[in-house]
Amino acid sequence: MTYRRRASPLHAARAGAGSLFCVVLAGVALSFEHPLLLGAVLLAVPLAGAGAGVGDVVARSLLWGLPFAALIALVNALVVRDGLTVIARLGHLPPLGEIDVTLEATTYGGILGLRALIVIACFALHSAAVDPDELLRAFRRLSFRSALTAALATRMVPVLARDARRLRDAQRCRPGRPATRLAIMRAVTSGALDRAVDVAATLEVRGYGGTRRPQRQARPWSRHDLAFAAAAGALAVLGLAAQLLGWEPFAAYPRTQAPVDAGVVALALGLVACALLPFADRRGIGR
Amino acid sequence: MSELVLERVTYTYPGPSAGRPALVDVSLRVEPGEFVVVAGGSGSGKSTLLRAAAGLVPHFHGGEFAGRLLAGGLDSRDHGPAELSAVAGSLFQDPETQVVMGTVRAELAFPLENRGWGAAAVARGVEEAALALGVAGLLDRSTHELSGGELQRVALGAALAARPRLLLLDEPTSQLDPVAGDELLGVLRRVNEEWGTAVVLAEHRLERCLAAADRVIALDRGAVTIDADPRGFLEQAPDALQTPGARLFALAGLTPPPVAVKDARAALRARGPAGDPAEGAPLPAPPNARSGFLRRRSAPDPALAFERVWYEIPRGPAVLRGVDLALAPGERVALMGRNGAGKSTLLRLAAGLADATRGRIVRAGRVSLLLQTPGDYLVAERVGEELGAAALEAAGLGSLADRHPRDLSGGERQRLALAIVLQGEPPAAVLLDEPTRGMDRGHKDALTERLRELAAAGAAVLVATHDAEFSAAWADRTVLLGDGAPVADAPTAEVLGGGWYFATQTARILGGCALLPEDGAALLRAGQASPDAAEVAP
Repeated sequence: MTYRRRASPLHAARAGAGSLFCVVLAGVALSFEHPLLLGAVLLAVPLAGAGAGVGDVVARSLLWGLPFAALIALVNALVVRDGLTVIARLGHLPPLGEIDVTLEATTYGGILGLRALIVIACFALHSAAVDPDELLRAFRRLSFRSALTAALATRMVPVLARDARRLRDAQRCRPGRPATRLAIMRAVTSGALDRAVDVAATLEVRGYGGTRRPQRQARPWSRHDLAFAAAAGALAVLGLAAQLLGWEPFAAYPRTQAPVDAGVVALALGLVACALLPFADRRGIGR
Repeated sequence: MSELVLERVTYTYPGPSAGRPALVDVSLRVEPGEFVVVAGGSGSGKSTLLRAAAGLVPHFHGGEFAGRLLAGGLDSRDHGPAELSAVAGSLFQDPETQVVMGTVRAELAFPLENRGWGAAAVARGVEEAALALGVAGLLDRSTHELSGGELQRVALGAALAARPRLLLLDEPTSQLDPVAGDELLGVLRRVNEEWGTAVVLAEHRLERCLAAADRVIALDRGAVTIDADPRGFLEQAPDALQTPGARLFALAGLTPPPVAVKDARAALRARGPAGDPAEGAPLPAPPNARSGFLRRRSAPDPALAFERVWYEIPRGPAVLRGVDLALAPGERVALMGRNGAGKSTLLRLAAGLADATRGRIVRAGRVSLLLQTPGDYLVAERVGEELGAAALEAAGLGSLADRHPRDLSGGERQRLALAIVLQGEPPAAVLLDEPTRGMDRGHKDALTERLRELAAAGAAVLVATHDAEFSAAWADRTVLLGDGAPVADAPTAEVLGGGWYFATQTARILGGCALLPEDGAALLRAGQASPDAAEVAP
């Protein structure tokens, strides 16, 4: 799940616009509860991933997130006591007490799981299609120390992943009794500190600790910058309007109500269209 | 104005384990446009000297610093590494921790942006650095996709992008194959000659870089012991710091010691018919170019055998392509080749860390593998917890039982890791991956001795290495991998005597007649070697 420049509209867009698009997409998912609307966003994200040439990455993230989403649904079903339709009586279960699983809590758990799944997929899309270096550059102007930490953390992820693979291989080469998990954990931690020191030293000698504020790099807005910024804006407007104007008819408790009328269908189609339209223009996407 | 000035610098790392000072009363100057090589054994203070010049000592590492250090006129007591980086670019050993950004373009732009350059100046600086370093084709590649050689070149580009007046390099070629190492040194030479950048290069393998140097500074236990031009250095240097060419001449009773292969060959030719022992003497047969050095070998009872082994990465390239290789018990084999040729993969398959996608690997018994980073084997808090007392004594580490493994020197750590993988029943094969990285000659000699002992005990020993001098010193046979398959498999004398990049310095001087200074000197004394052997032989 690492960034690699590909020939796609999202990769061609400036990092700020691409990042805004992914963040708004995730935010919209968090603002909706209606299953049809969430389903529309869930459909839009992998399609956007495919449009960006990172469909496999987004699909893998969805598969990876499924158990997590299922866990959220399960916990909600077990913990929430609201809802009128009892579908299972599990008796007394310490420390939760009397457990009556309701259809409504289970459904809403599914909705929460769906939201989590969309956020994970948006994060994967962001990681694979938004240039972290460009983003870092933009953030560095806003907050130097945060950007330094982010730079270190970003660089440390692949370095530590390689270190962990090496350590695991070395332990497999040791004959006899394998080292305890605690010992390995300790070695990984102290190794990580050593590596962090190396990377931090490199950052220092590249002048990162200097006091000069990087200059703003003015760059003309491309058609893709505009398209993704506009799409992010439109998605945000749709999400806000739906909340403020009550376009989303949904109630979770005491009985789940999610009527599907023309307005909801139009909103769902609008969300999908806003998310996918920027990918239609494929001029000037190479480098 | 001198680019680097050290006046009576003494420095001790912080912490109770630091012990003696890493730099002791060091005074030196590096003038504009000078190419200075820093020589010395492991722990002699080379890296600390460079870190001090970069401002990391003491600002980043802490500790006690006395004396005065000026880099580009900036006093390191008043200016930190970020400020000193404007006048001194730095490059350290490990390419993986030398790049901090996601793409090559961003990596080269990073130091320029940190100095507050405008967008147009950054773009121009990036282009120029990329062209100078030959990485223009990589500009839009992700840094995590690059090979070690490419990474090191990009890191050098980042160090040079802002056109510093001084370049500090700490064994930048230690993880590179001979081809990539020579290319990097060629770039350094060009930067030095054409841009006038002063270069301070710490290096163990002096034969690689002495020809480019104006001056050599030798350190021992943190103190400067020699500061002379390359020839003067070779005349004064202890045996451990001599190049193979200089040792060849010393053993043959010839003077002065040659700085480069070209000097040595010229000196031997200049001895003429009267003085040159090679003139008129029968020449030993040169390596047979027609056979291409590739001989299929079959051992009746191999300790380890690869039978048409392929290793293909899913949705990636084939790393190994039908490798046939058999190692007899007690055989000592060096495995050489460029970075990415498949050496490490071959060792990993042999040790069972990965499975061949096609073909078969036959093992007569246990296979012990020592990977590139010995520290990865050490997970306990005390050396004594890693290994039993008897095994520690046998490895010569008995006195270190109470030390933390991370406090051991590189050589001690390697000895401990090797002892760990050799525990239990005697292995049928012992494999080592790049064991001489960053090692001085003393440590290499000790390792050579240990590998001889293992082979004498009946284990087949296979060592993946870029170090031709080391291979020549201990291997009976050398296998050269190229693009995932052996391109040469023959006695070491033939493979390393007939190559150009994969050849020892003695072989280059004597046209492949001998690999080691001792053998070459014997031939010279007997009048049986000539620098033109390879050229005049039928």
